[in-house]
Amino acid sequence: MSKIHVETTINGEPMEFLANPGESLLDALRNTLNLTGTKEGCGSGDCGACTVIIDGRMTCSCLVLAVEAGGHEITTIEGIAQGDTLHPIQQKFLENAALQCGFCTPGFIVATKALLDKNPNPTETEIRFWLAGNLCRCTGYDKIVRAVQDAAAEMRGG
Amino acid sequence: MPSLNYVAPTTVSDAVKILADASGPTRVLSGGTDLLVQLRAGRISPELIVDTKKIPGIMGITGSAAEGFTIGAATTGAELGDHQALKAAYPGVVEAANLIGSKQVQGRASLAGNLCNASPAADSVPAVIAAGGTVTIAGPSGTRTAPAESIVTGPGRTSLAKGEFIVSFHLPAIKGKTSDAYLRFIPRTEMDIAVVGCGVSITVDAGGTITAAKISLGAVAPTQVPVDASCIIGTKLDDAALAKLDAAAQAMCNPIDDKRGTIEFRTKVAGVLARRTAKIAYDRAGAR
Amino acid sequence: MTFIGNKSDLRVVGTRPVRPDGVDKVTGRAVYGADATMPGQIIGKVLRSPHPHARIISIDTSKAEKLPGVKGVITSADIPNIPSEEAFVGEGPMNFRDLSLNCMARDKVLYEGHVVAAVAAINDAVADAALKLIDVKYEVLPHVIDVEEAMAPGAPILHDTLFTAGVTPKPTTPSNVAKQVRFTIGDVEAGFKQADVIVEQTYTTAPVHQAYIEPHACVAAIAADGQVLITASSQGHFMIRAYTAKLLGIDIANIRVTNAEIGGGFGGKTVVYLEPLAVALSKKSGRPVKMTMTREDVFRGTGPTSGGTIWVKVGATKDGKITAAQTVIKLQAGAFPGSPINPALMCAFAMYDLANVDTLGYDVVSNRPKVAAYRAPGAPISSFAAESAIDDLARKLGMDPIELRLKNAAKQGSKTVYGVTHGVIGYEEVLNAAKAHPHWTAPLGKNQGRGLATGFWFNIGGESTGGVFINEDGTASVVTGSPDIGGSRASMAMMAAEVLGIPYEKVRAVIPDTASIGFTHVTGGSRVTYATGMAVTQAAQAVVEDLKKRAAMIWDISPEAVEWKDGEAVPAGANAGGFDPLPLAAIALKAAKTGGPIGSEISVNAQGAGPGFGAHICDVEVDPETGHTTILRYTAVQDVGRAIHPAYVEGQIQGGAVQGIGWALNEEYIYNKKGHMDNAGFLDYRIPVASDLPMIEAVLVEVPNTRHPFGVRGVGEVPIVPPMAAVRNAIRGALDLELFHLPMSPPRVRAAVDAAKAPKAAE
Ligand SMILES: Cc1cc2nc3c(=O)[nH]c(=O)nc-3n(C[C@H](O)[C@H](O)[C@H](O)COP(=O)(O)OP(=O)(O)OC[C@H]3O[C@@H](n4cnc5c(N)ncnc54)[C@H](O)[C@@H]3O)c2cc1C
Ligand code: FES
Ligand code: FES
Repeated sequence: MSKIHVETTINGEPMEFLANPGESLLDALRNTLNLTGTKEGCGSGDCGACTVIIDGRMTCSCLVLAVEAGGHEITTIEGIAQGDTLHPIQQKFLENAALQCGFCTPGFIVATKALLDKNPNPTETEIRFWLAGNLCRCTGYDKIVRAVQDAAAEMRGG
Repeated sequence: MPSLNYVAPTTVSDAVKILADASGPTRVLSGGTDLLVQLRAGRISPELIVDTKKIPGIMGITGSAAEGFTIGAATTGAELGDHQALKAAYPGVVEAANLIGSKQVQGRASLAGNLCNASPAADSVPAVIAAGGTVTIAGPSGTRTAPAESIVTGPGRTSLAKGEFIVSFHLPAIKGKTSDAYLRFIPRTEMDIAVVGCGVSITVDAGGTITAAKISLGAVAPTQVPVDASCIIGTKLDDAALAKLDAAAQAMCNPIDDKRGTIEFRTKVAGVLARRTAKIAYDRAGAR
Repeated sequence: MTFIGNKSDLRVVGTRPVRPDGVDKVTGRAVYGADATMPGQIIGKVLRSPHPHARIISIDTSKAEKLPGVKGVITSADIPNIPSEEAFVGEGPMNFRDLSLNCMARDKVLYEGHVVAAVAAINDAVADAALKLIDVKYEVLPHVIDVEEAMAPGAPILHDTLFTAGVTPKPTTPSNVAKQVRFTIGDVEAGFKQADVIVEQTYTTAPVHQAYIEPHACVAAIAADGQVLITASSQGHFMIRAYTAKLLGIDIANIRVTNAEIGGGFGGKTVVYLEPLAVALSKKSGRPVKMTMTREDVFRGTGPTSGGTIWVKVGATKDGKITAAQTVIKLQAGAFPGSPINPALMCAFAMYDLANVDTLGYDVVSNRPKVAAYRAPGAPISSFAAESAIDDLARKLGMDPIELRLKNAAKQGSKTVYGVTHGVIGYEEVLNAAKAHPHWTAPLGKNQGRGLATGFWFNIGGESTGGVFINEDGTASVVTGSPDIGGSRASMAMMAAEVLGIPYEKVRAVIPDTASIGFTHVTGGSRVTYATGMAVTQAAQAVVEDLKKRAAMIWDISPEAVEWKDGEAVPAGANAGGFDPLPLAAIALKAAKTGGPIGSEISVNAQGAGPGFGAHICDVEVDPETGHTTILRYTAVQDVGRAIHPAYVEGQIQGGAVQGIGWALNEEYIYNKKGHMDNAGFLDYRIPVASDLPMIEAVLVEVPNTRHPFGVRGVGEVPIVPPMAAVRNAIRGALDLELFHLPMSPPRVRAAVDAAKAPKAAE
């Protein structure tokens, strides 16, 4: 079958692209739309590096068909900062040294955004369970959890 | 290269027709969290994917504790977790659904997918079975209703006929002091597939004596297995009753040795979980 | 080399600024291996062996070549058949022929996942289809996975040309034991005779993968004139250049490698898998070729670290003086020789000042992927056994485990089993810090236990290049050849800023390609902040000397009469003259008039990397019914010499500790009877997730390394050494269970609980 035409909204911008029926949203983002901030660590839902938000719910873009994106609103890591102003989550990840290699970081930041949009004041346990689908092999999670706590406090304050 | 088609019908009857008419291997798509993994690994190579999510009502929850709940087949775990009334009435079903994968996976994963993927380790299935859940199935000869435990017939196999798919789940009205619980055992705290899963629903009388109970175990046999609950009926779930329940659960186990656990370990833990889950359901029922 | 300043004089070193590459990495702009592209690129994919051990009878690629969209197919026939050649690179020995055969099998496949062919095609789908059309005929051979079985008489032999090295007389029959190696000091037999108490036990560890989250990826092109461009994510672009040149017979000058950002390596990205194949495919197809591994490829095709069997015996007098220690270690090397057996032997007892030590080791091949370096290669394996044994010894003696260790602690002047005498080291300081930490004496509840273990790693120095260039506006650019895996750009910029006396914000650090800076060894062995940091510091110092000369020229006084203070040239004293200070920016502005651009690039071969020591305290709660272990609290104390950027030092310690916790509790390769790995994915290869863990407290002890201008010791590897024994000793404390095998997964712990109960039931 030939490619399917998909019309969707990504980071607030209307987008159109062609996708093979079996292609994942992750592949479309990375290869077709050149949005390579979303990473592939496993391609099977286990690592969370490919996390995006679709209509307010976060999910693994490797587990979504590109053709399913039609008519939905998608937020990727490229849509978290406002222009050249970093989102408080991004700022706190930097200040807390919550990234080492940084490969997991886009996924963690998008997942944290989804968490704090839903729960502005999560406990440490809630943060840890919410982020359990995001693997980080470098940091041992300590500084990531602290960055999320700091970002939550900052966002509540502001 | 065999090519793959994707369709997203907008009515149940269109979907049934497409499924019934399809000549090659076909897959129904709900959240895709099993389907895409299998597609990528080359474990399945369908020629047609039928996405149900454009069908009105396939996602969403209606009803109440008093009249029972109807849950659209493709409703996500995240939605179940956000539904306060459902969570209050069926805490076990919701906690089971919310154990599936990560929060990301729960943003897509559905009860129908969990059931029809037919993994012995599926988390929501023992919980739905214990809760007395039924499914509504659409097919070429109309719509039928079936108990949840009648769907899975073996690993990866279901009783659904060609052209059939699940449109909704139904959980009965809560009668009297009834509640449910689900526990699973995994090596980590998240992101593992159940080594053993256990769903329990218990009804108690005003004095705290168990009048009815339904128990279902996952991951200890090719399909979910029921545990004979007679050993706890008429008791207040004292230590003697719990010990009998432990033995009854172990007796139903027919597990495999694999990367997730040994036969011996699975069997012992099934007994442990049956006790622990029953205790939670019992306390919840008593608190109604 | 002069030692720079007391801690109190430092303005930049020891602070926690935002890293130079940070914004790119939190916004998704950073380009990692799989993000890099070249114009006109096509896709390369490999075909892997389904058999753990088989002879390749024939490979027919004709059908694949004919498939429309396929631009090239390669097999071993397209890769030079290079002779055996040993070299010491990265963190261990490497044989280039083995490396070549590991990238592409020639006559035999030696493990499930071994590459036998590769294709280049216009897209993924065509490449996948082409792989299915390659017809490989195998003669399946019996396989062997386990190390003891591989050593047993009659075991299937992997290499007809492999004869055990290190034994006399030289053997005449091939063996899976690649070498036997021994380090000895004193006389253990005599030592054991003096002992009042002896512990003796056999332990096993499972092979574990580095499990970096970024799979290997590269894009490569070779032009008609033989010029090669590669962009890859690795721990060393000079390593990629050297290995690709060697394996394909290309002059090094014809290869230029750009290092993409790297998504974790931990030692696993100090070797090549894809790059030579991508270049060979590019040569066949005439197009740039992009290759990426899947997660499954990473597990089946790349190196984990060894699993092993470790026998340990330790003896002590009643008052806790260790009289002798002995170990015999058998390590899996995977399909080719090269397990980290030497460091395993050397590190086992390096924390202790012992007169009598005997260590004997075997490097054993079997039908598994060839091992690669993983953080402190070898040390975690031997230390798990040794530090468990020391703990059991403390119990037998009725001594506090820290006191026992203090009593035998290595210190300056202690001689190691491998012949080196320790210099200034911080092991006692680390033990005392652990003892003084509130964690050590905090109360414990039911089913809870506390364990302690310690660890050692040499740290390495070696060849590095660093440059510091002053820009026209007085800002500075720092260049190094070390890929930045965990914030090293920040540390490099900080050291330069410290020496130059300008704010960190005025210094930018970048990592140019292999044609644009001098040779630099891999980012590994905890060497970057030490060795590359030394090059950068020396370059900055050379720049300061130059700046002083320029100021002297402007003032027309002698350079000796100029001092450099807080980023300014000042007259050295009243006699020098009454000039206003000349800030760096002012000198930079006049650079053209005072001799041209200001900058220095220094290459070093750094010696004297100071070894590091750590002590970890772990609290667990064990569920006796399910065997599930929960880590309740974790404190990691380490001598870091001096922390340049303390947050990234803590991060190394926390990350290393958590990798060790994974190694302790759940990580393992699970093979089925067919010799296939059953858990080649993150669902069943279980690395720790956020909800498995508490905060990890990193306690930095600073005993400066006298050989580095800022006192730096490597910090990245020590933290993975103690956790396995710390967790094991904690579980032992919780339920009085004796566990000797990793991982201590729930089924194992539950079985140990049942075994402990069994004799009681019989009583
Ligand atoms: C990382 C990860 C972790 C996971 N962890 C767990 C876990 O902890 N516990 C667990 O139980 N599962 C787990 N899963 C499996 C999976 O997420 C669940 O089974 C999920 O509920 C599937 O739902 P879905 O809507 O995504 O199904 P889909 O992938 O859409 O479908 C699954 C199967 O059901 C069929 N199907 C779907 N809808 C219907 C329908 N309406 N009628 C008939 N057939 C239908 C499909 O054809 C397919 O064969 C995990 C998966 C991943 C990727
Ligand atoms: S790439 Fe999607 S979860 Fe790992
Ligand atoms: S920072 Fe490297 S994986 Fe998280």
